[in-house]
Amino acid sequence: MMSWLPENVSTFGGEIDYLFYVIYYITGAAFILVTVLMILFLILYRQREGRRATYTHGSTALEITWTVIPAIVFVGLSFASVSSWGKIKSHPPPPDVQLQVTAKQFNWEILYPGPDGKFGTEDDLQAENDIYVPVNKVVHVILKSKDVIHSFFLPHLRVKQDSVPGRDILVWFQAVKPGKYELPCAELCGFGHSGMRGWLHVHTPEEYAKWVEESWPRK
Amino acid sequence: MSEAATAHDAHAHHVELGFWRTYVFSTDHKMIGRQFLFLGLFMLIIGGLLAMMMRWQLAWPETEIPLMSWVPEPYMYGGILPPQTYNAFFTMHATIMIFFVVMPIMVGCFGNFLIPLMIGTRDMAFPKLNLLSFWVGAVSGVVMLSSFFVPGGPAASGWTAYAPLSAQAAFTGVEWGQHLWIISLIILGISSLMGSINYITTIVNMRAPGMTYFRMPLTIWSLFITAILLLLALPVLTTALAMLLFDRMFGTSFFLSQGGGEPLLWQHLFWFFGHPEVYVLVLPAMGVTSDILSTFSRKPIFGYHAMAFSMISIAFLSFTVWGHHMFISGMNPLLGTAFMMSTMVIAIPSAIKTFNWLGTLWGGSIRFTSPMLFALGFVSNFLIGGLSGIFMASTPVDIFIHDTYYIVAHFHYVVAGIIFALFAAVYYWFPKMFGRMMNEPLGKIHFVLTYIFFNCAFFPMHFLGVGGHMRRIYNPMQYEFLQPLQGINVFITVSAFLLGLSQIPFLVNFIGSLFAKKRAEKNPWQANTLEWTAASPPPHGNFDAVPVVYRGAYEYSSPEVKEDWLPQDRQLATTSTAARLH
Repeated sequence: MMSWLPENVSTFGGEIDYLFYVIYYITGAAFILVTVLMILFLILYRQREGRRATYTHGSTALEITWTVIPAIVFVGLSFASVSSWGKIKSHPPPPDVQLQVTAKQFNWEILYPGPDGKFGTEDDLQAENDIYVPVNKVVHVILKSKDVIHSFFLPHLRVKQDSVPGRDILVWFQAVKPGKYELPCAELCGFGHSGMRGWLHVHTPEEYAKWVEESWPRK
Repeated sequence: MSEAATAHDAHAHHVELGFWRTYVFSTDHKMIGRQFLFLGLFMLIIGGLLAMMMRWQLAWPETEIPLMSWVPEPYMYGGILPPQTYNAFFTMHATIMIFFVVMPIMVGCFGNFLIPLMIGTRDMAFPKLNLLSFWVGAVSGVVMLSSFFVPGGPAASGWTAYAPLSAQAAFTGVEWGQHLWIISLIILGISSLMGSINYITTIVNMRAPGMTYFRMPLTIWSLFITAILLLLALPVLTTALAMLLFDRMFGTSFFLSQGGGEPLLWQHLFWFFGHPEVYVLVLPAMGVTSDILSTFSRKPIFGYHAMAFSMISIAFLSFTVWGHHMFISGMNPLLGTAFMMSTMVIAIPSAIKTFNWLGTLWGGSIRFTSPMLFALGFVSNFLIGGLSGIFMASTPVDIFIHDTYYIVAHFHYVVAGIIFALFAAVYYWFPKMFGRMMNEPLGKIHFVLTYIFFNCAFFPMHFLGVGGHMRRIYNPMQYEFLQPLQGINVFITVSAFLLGLSQIPFLVNFIGSLFAKKRAEKNPWQANTLEWTAASPPPHGNFDAVPVVYRGAYEYSSPEVKEDWLPQDRQLATTSTAARLH
């Protein structure tokens, strides 16, 4: 099942995938345990002539066992999840590159601050659906929405964040591999929801310098 | 003479009530139960056909759906489904399946039919309220279905109706369809509220002598807790729906940011209802499964008290986990952590239930009847659905799988998995409801086909989800990274069609058995609970004399008697004093 996971190209994606695998193995083991026992019981304890079912109302020791063990596993999983969650959502590293993405029916509107690094100045550059970022740099995206809720989804970077009208939400990532990655909208946003997508272009330093040169030509 | 006393006189004299009072505007809980069953089965067919058309589109995008070329534009174009109609179909599929199939059948039908019979009373506490509850529910169904025929088509903002998409007609292009959707659910809320007040009152006040709370069958426990959940959760939905309707029709801005409103407020209100709602759907399925597993293992339910208390704790906790639907909604990440913790905690009672079902099978003398097979099918599906839920409880993993087919797989294993408990219940109580047995071989064929194709249809959705396949997209071929997954989509669609066809044996069996000549006996499964002491089907008033209860519902293979069952109302010389002391 896990072989369908798209290649991970972000710094924190590995942590998400690691947790994904841990839960996969734990739940896989639980699934096999319960299923094997169930099939075994169904075969062993099928109706047969002359045998009467065991008369028992349960066992307190067993009840405690199968309450405590899952409890420990679930609490353990929670603690294992907390640090990655905090790192991804609450403590973004300082940005190398900043941009604004405004979702609208049915496009991603991209705003680059330009060489001065400030939004709302003359050198801002606006584009649709194509995001250009350098590899191995921390990118901060300020996510907005013009109309309804959309969701900024970068499957290869393990990034997903809803954009909510009236809010500026910070999303960050750091891509580790140059390439072109799809950016679909993951939240139903109307009849054009399907097909609302952009591209994230992760450039090598040279390519990125060239793109900056072309976008903001020196006068 | 009081009204109740008159009604009881009517029972005693078997007064003929005439066609309308017997079959249409009946106050008899059993007839109302049957009415809910037929309503639910009819809606199941509609909800299922909507799913089939969506599956066609997902496997072979934008090709002509067979037999559908008669649908006028703009709803379809020569049998081709446009995106707008696709969105409307998945919205209506979910709405119908949740509110008009699972709730009417599991809660409406079995709640009404079983509560008075299993606790040993003659009818519900408020028979007229009960009648009103069904007919208000039916009106709500008519309003919902009528939205297919208004200009713009039915609601298309998903069954979750996230604002602002649902809050302004311009965003979806649906005007009256969404209005009717909201109005229909408000009406349905009134119906469910009447039902749940009735259930709670009946269970608290009208249990037969000796029927203590901890002698009640788990089916009754589950319906009792479900009714309490509905009573507490539904007003929140109704309020939210009213606010949404105000935003749409009267220019308020509860959920619109430009007017100072907050889109996330809708999600908080909706899921505050929505998560307890999941347990409204699944608890009765758990209760029914517990009873059927015990009956056909000829063995007491393992850990009766643990089962009852785990349901009570699920009910409490279900009001503390709604935020796990909103991890990536923009909600404060610290809240995400808190909701992850509570979600992990609610998984514990679910695990307890699963292990106790296993414990019930252990050492049993298992009879593989149709109801038993379907109950086992429910356990198997619930196991998968429960385990897949742990992935999304973990906040970091949820970042990736949220809004993908992984979620679709998960909730179909849980909610569509309930259909196994539903079938189990229909096969099990059909003799009591209609006085005839269903055909066993046909039932077994139905189970085997349904079980195979259910898993073939829903399990591969996990693979799609791991691949990143978003839910609610109209055409997966529009995305490069999803194109390698298209084979899975085709496989799922073919399996879904076969799953649909697998229901033909059930339809044949159900309708055929209604008209079968041979009458069912009083207690064909040799079960302990009180409904089996009444005639099949029970007459108006249910019992010749109100039964007296001496023990719990699960005394199978008790050493006290020679047979392997011991009905709740049978007085044994040795237990009578003990029962009185109890």
